[in-house]
Amino acid sequence: MIMKFIYKLGSPPYFYHLSSKLLPWFSGICIILFATGLFGGLVLAPADYQQGDSFRIIYIHVPAAWMSLFVYMVMAFSGAMALIWRIKIAEIMLINSAHIGAVFTFLALVTGSIWGKPMWGTWWVWDARLTSELLLLFLYLGVIALYGAIEDQRKAARAVAILALVGVVNIPIIHYSVEWWSTLHQGPTVTKFDKPSIDIRMFVPLILMAFAFKFFYGVVVLLRARNDLLWRERRSQWVANLFAEKDVKEDVK
Amino acid sequence: MFQAFLIILQRDLTLAIRHRAELMNPVLFFVLVVVLFPLGVGAEMSILEKIAPGVIWIAALLSALLSLDRIFRTDMEDGSLEQMLISAQPMSLLILAKIIAHWMITGLPVVLVGPFLALFLGLSVDGIETLFITLLVGTPILSAIGSVGVALTVGLRRGGVILSLLVLPLYVPVLIFASQAVGAAAAGFPTVAPIAMLSALLLLALSLTPWAASSALKMSVS
Repeated sequence: MIMKFIYKLGSPPYFYHLSSKLLPWFSGICIILFATGLFGGLVLAPADYQQGDSFRIIYIHVPAAWMSLFVYMVMAFSGAMALIWRIKIAEIMLINSAHIGAVFTFLALVTGSIWGKPMWGTWWVWDARLTSELLLLFLYLGVIALYGAIEDQRKAARAVAILALVGVVNIPIIHYSVEWWSTLHQGPTVTKFDKPSIDIRMFVPLILMAFAFKFFYGVVVLLRARNDLLWRERRSQWVANLFAEKDVKEDVK
Repeated sequence: MFQAFLIILQRDLTLAIRHRAELMNPVLFFVLVVVLFPLGVGAEMSILEKIAPGVIWIAALLSALLSLDRIFRTDMEDGSLEQMLISAQPMSLLILAKIIAHWMITGLPVVLVGPFLALFLGLSVDGIETLFITLLVGTPILSAIGSVGVALTVGLRRGGVILSLLVLPLYVPVLIFASQAVGAAAAGFPTVAPIAMLSALLLLALSLTPWAASSALKMSVS
């Protein structure tokens, strides 16, 4: 059943049609979540008793940081699919995710730095989480650089898939080694399994924003993947048919 | 199968010994980098002693990085790599042999020279002892992880810069645990934990990287 779906997803025309059906939904949900999340976070949530209004940057910072890891996982997963089943769509998802993930990582670093200046009194500290996020950025950049350096796209995708899988084995090791090396960052506020140490009015917008970021990633990665797909398949019949249909429709109008 | 392993090991070592001039390069580079630090930071012994573990380990990382290309590059150029790939022997085993040969050629000299350099940087005897152990356990990890990076970039004309971008972030855990162990030893603290972590990393690297490198090589050569 699942295998059948994966095989179906591997067919470029099927993916193209499925994604054109999904895109409006994803964009709509994304906009609603962003609107409610930002309103809740910037207007409704009370100011922090210690950090004042500047804590509100977490509504960008924390979701971006979560996404930086999430996207890497997506990337490694599509890398595995690309290696095992040689699915073209997985290769496309892989490399496009790398670009987006790098941007999320960069965003998390920059917002963290902006927040750190008033709170810790410095733009940067060699703290465990900051450092492992920085290393994650380098892992992303390595993936992008390697992809760019190999001319044959299919070959490049396979190389990048191997690299992403090696990275996935290494991320926990890097994370914990850096964690034990030094830490100054405040402990996790949300991931504690008992009651989160955060006001519910602050917490709900954060979750909304987290999902907004997920859907945003979904929208962007689908848009990029569709573009990429059309370009790679530009000589195939289904793309020709697609544009022939479009031309006919426009002529009728 | 084990014989193929030995043959590759012997072949790589023979090839390295025949190119005696190249044999010295990584360890010379290692010494030079370490020597540059007192010139840049200042010759105050208290500072040097403090930064010695980090300096020596970073120099070891860089010299490993410099010599990594050798694992597969020459074999790629003369075509013997393709012969290995189409041979009946499991490629990961042959790669393990090449990793070990690479370590014996470039890592072992660093392991032997490192403690003497530490002497120049004023590290205490306990620190030097631990430094020797961490180098012994840690440098093979560098060759093993590096083999994956080289396997991915060996087909590229200018793979060098990308290789460092791929490999250096993966070296971070080794650097952290090793310099932590040496620092702890110099301060008189127990060093079992970081050394145990290093050994775990070594086992993990030796068991997983030949496998990743062989699939990367199949991609690079095809």
